[in-house]
Amino acid sequence: MEVFKYNQPIIGFMANAKKFAILSLSLVIISLGLLFFKGLNYGIDFAGGTVIQVKYKGNAPIQKIRDILHQHKSYKNANVTYFGSNSDIAIKTKTTSKDVNVDISDQMNTLLKDTGEYEIRGVDMVGPAVGNELRTQGLMAMVLSILGILAYISFRFEWRFALASVLALVHDVTISLGALALFQIDVNLPILAAILTILGYSLNDTVIVFDRIREGIRTIKTTNLSDVIDESVTRTLSRTTLTSLTTFFVVLTLYLFGGELLKGFSFTLLVGVVVGTYSSIFVASPILMWLKFSISEFRAKEAEKLKREKERERMRAMYEQGTI
Amino acid sequence: MNKLNYRVVVFLFAFLFGIIFSIPSLTQSSEGKKITLGLDLQGGLHMLLSVKSEVAVESKVKSIGTTIKYKLDDEDIIFDDLKIENKSVKFELLDKDDLKKLTKILKDDFKDINIKQEGLKFTLTLNNKLIDETKKNAIKQAVDTIRNRLNMFGLAEPTVAKQGVDKILVEVPGIKTQADEQRIRELIAKAAHLQMMAVDEDRDARVSTMNKAEAKQYGDIILTDVSNPKQRYLLHSIPILDGSMLVDAKVGYDRQNNQPLINFKLNGQGAKIFGDFSGKSVGKRMAIVLDNKVYSAPVIRERIGGGSGQISGNFTPQEAHDIAIALRSGALLAPVQVEEKRSVGPSLGADSIRASMIALIIGFLSVVVFMFIYYGMAGVIADIALIANLFLILAIMSLFEATLTLPGMAGIVLTVGMAVDANVIINERIRELLHAGNSITKSIEQGYNNAFTAIWDANVTTLIAAVVLFAYGTGPIKGFSLTISIGILASMLTAILGTHGIYQWILPKIDKNRLDFWFGIKGAK
Repeated sequence: MEVFKYNQPIIGFMANAKKFAILSLSLVIISLGLLFFKGLNYGIDFAGGTVIQVKYKGNAPIQKIRDILHQHKSYKNANVTYFGSNSDIAIKTKTTSKDVNVDISDQMNTLLKDTGEYEIRGVDMVGPAVGNELRTQGLMAMVLSILGILAYISFRFEWRFALASVLALVHDVTISLGALALFQIDVNLPILAAILTILGYSLNDTVIVFDRIREGIRTIKTTNLSDVIDESVTRTLSRTTLTSLTTFFVVLTLYLFGGELLKGFSFTLLVGVVVGTYSSIFVASPILMWLKFSISEFRAKEAEKLKREKERERMRAMYEQGTI
Repeated sequence: MNKLNYRVVVFLFAFLFGIIFSIPSLTQSSEGKKITLGLDLQGGLHMLLSVKSEVAVESKVKSIGTTIKYKLDDEDIIFDDLKIENKSVKFELLDKDDLKKLTKILKDDFKDINIKQEGLKFTLTLNNKLIDETKKNAIKQAVDTIRNRLNMFGLAEPTVAKQGVDKILVEVPGIKTQADEQRIRELIAKAAHLQMMAVDEDRDARVSTMNKAEAKQYGDIILTDVSNPKQRYLLHSIPILDGSMLVDAKVGYDRQNNQPLINFKLNGQGAKIFGDFSGKSVGKRMAIVLDNKVYSAPVIRERIGGGSGQISGNFTPQEAHDIAIALRSGALLAPVQVEEKRSVGPSLGADSIRASMIALIIGFLSVVVFMFIYYGMAGVIADIALIANLFLILAIMSLFEATLTLPGMAGIVLTVGMAVDANVIINERIRELLHAGNSITKSIEQGYNNAFTAIWDANVTTLIAAVVLFAYGTGPIKGFSLTISIGILASMLTAILGTHGIYQWILPKIDKNRLDFWFGIKGAK
């Protein structure tokens, strides 16, 4: 089966680059606005607090639970929601307890004892100090991986490629975070893992397009960068769509069947896969153009490099033959 | 078919290796190295504790007070006003002639301690080095003690490890009920600080009306009875001896009422102090104090030699068992606090396993079917590599006895989606070359060549993100980055080398008139 024909006419992506730039910019600005005004909904991993998961036999009497908890002074602001089904609920509160012997689930048992037949399935408690530490570590991880990637791409390609791919990355991460803020998803450690996966994945996509552009620069005769980009992107379009589709399928199954605990994680990835694919075609490549990457300069440098290598080889050959 | 080439041989070995070493994990057999399930999948208790090491410093000061008292009594030096104030021990000599003896004792037995003398008044304080040492020691001792206690409790494979400067990570898998969890938490937190304290017989009659401040003036402390909080005792705040001299503690039963109690035994030094004290104090009461609660305060009838004693209270057999464990493994020099706690019930863990397995199977099948429909036999070859990849991930994790967490499962699912990427790139390249009119052999060889740099660069960048995540992540997140990393590395072997080898091996079978069947394309020459 072939969706994209091999002789697929070259699509004029770069001619429309400005339109996509406007789209991207407005998405980024909306996301920043969401992050700024609505803010991320930090879960207990980063903000500290307690989450208790309770499973009821039959439907959970959620209103009754709320009423009981809101009367208690420690749980006045507790947030009670369904968790995946009508019989599961999650109770979230800012309350934490440092005392090893005082457990919130014991207190819950006293409070909830008349609400029906239930089982406390899990308790997560993170103290505020640990939350802060995890947040710093998370930020550190993000910055370090971006730096590492920047260094690697500069080494393998050229600084303009590195900068373009990192700008595309920032674009992807900002929009993914914006989506998290929009839907007020609890940001916990798995979300951080998802964001870092998006970093890697989006880059993966960008690198493959860039690899083709790099190849195009060497093999396509024109020195007009936008033509080279158009041809290279068109040639990788099939691959980009297919891989994104397989990954999207898999993440979608994770979202649909992976259970409530992985919902936030897989949602972030779903957004990331779509945005990452889009950005490698419509964001990273035009930036390369706007950074005034010059094909003739690049070719001259490559030729220079090749010449030096040949020279070195010649010297080595002479040396080995004993001429020097 | 061609002769076996090195690529396909390596691939087959890797496949075989993957199957063999993942068997113990898949069958959960008792032999061989296998993957352990993380606490989030098998259920259990995860706690990050911090140690209040300041308290250890305070009790160090107290124990200096105890030693001073014992030494001075032993040498018949008369003193007064022995008390602990502002983390220092203070006392006053009554007889100037004892000064020489005292100086010798202080010089011999109190080396790392700052001694301030004003006339006959002495103030002993810890120096910074000793404070540091005491704090460090308290943390190390807390790790050892908690580990001992959990090991003695009899649950399978608890983990207790120091984390960072002053934190302790405790992981206890396999807890079935909330009551069990509570018992374990109590066992961990129990100070198990055993003290023998003399009752202040001169003033005890007035204890019901006395407040803390007044008691402190006399160098006394008010403690309550363990089973009757209204019953108060006035005790000399500096104990006769403490649990550090304990060598054994066992559960026994009272002969009269068959109540569980705890028999303990003191070491030689403890036995001597105990004997001396009881000899001098016949007719007076001595309180047995555990964690600042008085368990009993019997009247001493005669000198007690041999250094054994009993703690009785209204224990259940379980309580007695846990207290004996705590006493045997030693007191916690400093109390611990919970910084982070995650407890997962076994049913929640089982649900997570089921959900992520379903996602894995559905995700896997949809990718496998998709690849076959889109690429024909080339897709099947990629699918074989994908299966080998899954086995390899499991095998490598088994060999490292790695822990599989829920995010780790998600990582495996994600790897399924990303590992076929290499084959998509390769197959697209091969198709392009075939369309351009190249021979099958040339298309395959050239296709792999063209695809390689892209796959390599893409994988390295993903790997960078995964490694950083591993370095900065904790627990479950580490599991995620681990599976992703192993998946990427394994896919280099299976998806690139393995499939290339298979093509070379079956090359003569590939019919150039059936490119639709082999590569899913029509219209190429």
